[in-house]
Amino acid sequence: MLDIRLYMLQRITALIMAPLTLGHIAVMIYAVQGGLTTAEILSRTQGSVVWLVYYGTFVAAVSIHAAIGLRVIIAETFKLRGMALSGFTWGVCGLFLYMGARAVMAVTMP
Amino acid sequence: MSFTQNIMDVSIWRGDAQAGAFAHFEVPAQKSQTILDVVAWIQQHQDPTLSYRYACRVGMCGSCAMMVNGVPRWTCRTHVEKVLEGNKLEVAPLRNLPVIKDLVTDMDSFFDKWIAAEGRHHPTASRLDPIAAISPESAGRVKANAGIECINCSVCYAACDTVASNPDYLGPAALQRAWTVYNDAKDADKQAVLDAVSGVGGCHNCHTQGSCTAHCPNDLDPMTAIAGLKRVSAASFFKRRKARA
Ligand code: SF4
Ligand code: SF4
Ligand code: FES
Repeated sequence: MLDIRLYMLQRITALIMAPLTLGHIAVMIYAVQGGLTTAEILSRTQGSVVWLVYYGTFVAAVSIHAAIGLRVIIAETFKLRGMALSGFTWGVCGLFLYMGARAVMAVTMP
Repeated sequence: MSFTQNIMDVSIWRGDAQAGAFAHFEVPAQKSQTILDVVAWIQQHQDPTLSYRYACRVGMCGSCAMMVNGVPRWTCRTHVEKVLEGNKLEVAPLRNLPVIKDLVTDMDSFFDKWIAAEGRHHPTASRLDPIAAISPESAGRVKANAGIECINCSVCYAACDTVASNPDYLGPAALQRAWTVYNDAKDADKQAVLDAVSGVGGCHNCHTQGSCTAHCPNDLDPMTAIAGLKRVSAASFFKRRKARA
């Protein structure tokens, strides 16, 4: 259920997520300490290609990573196999991508 | 001087692949008694129809493993004193394998997976060639040596929760064997081994929680062997893709 392709994909997305998570936390601490308001934050993120790429990458990595992780849990716990398991994996990946993309667009689109 | 012999309360699983239940027996305790002694005593003195499997009685053949008070063990080398819980013993067929009758399991799936994991020798030379010298200290030989005392008892296979929840999973013993073959300098097809352990039931499904290593009666460490397979297969992943392109 977890062949080497999925295993590598999950490891690589974890490697991508690690620095992005640290950066995200650093920015949060900075924003909170500086007392930035929502409007001030949005004025910096909206229209910024850098933040679009940053959080876009984050969302893509999370969606793939979480879909593979949940796939294993569902397969082992509920004995889901074959098409149903593939459908579940793609469904979770798509759902997270959709939700994440909406959030990223809201914050970065002018 | 009065001597009262302790009588143990022993439950033995009786049945076949379809159905079964525990039967109760009273068995006199003896000094240095093993679980296999208890099972044999019941068969000889109380119920000759009881089926179980053993051969060597000295921890060599790997045929006597059963669940003892819920834990997989080699019964010929497990002393009753060590595992008795409040004078009670519960002996059941090995987990993760289909039951044939009573305490006898069908070990075909266990051995089939050894073959599926490519745990077999791929020769580098013919019998006409001189025998290549291998230093016992060489890194590969040290790694290979770590797994060669496996007696195929299936205790680790019974202990593995990943086998229980994913019947395709090759399991700790077969994967440890694959790691041994991979590290053998005299093996000619390491890529065949890596391919065999990289599929849907392969080494990447292992959760690295180490029930196999904790329960192996020979103190082997299949978990670390599997970690080795994950490492080398991951390292060769991109190399192979490039080679194929
Ligand atoms: S470490 Fe891996 S092989 Fe060993 S019991 Fe756990 S999942 Fe099974
Ligand atoms: S690794 Fe240990 S527990 Fe597993 S089959 Fe070999 S000897 Fe038995
Ligand atoms: S009877 Fe051979 S290992 Fe127990």
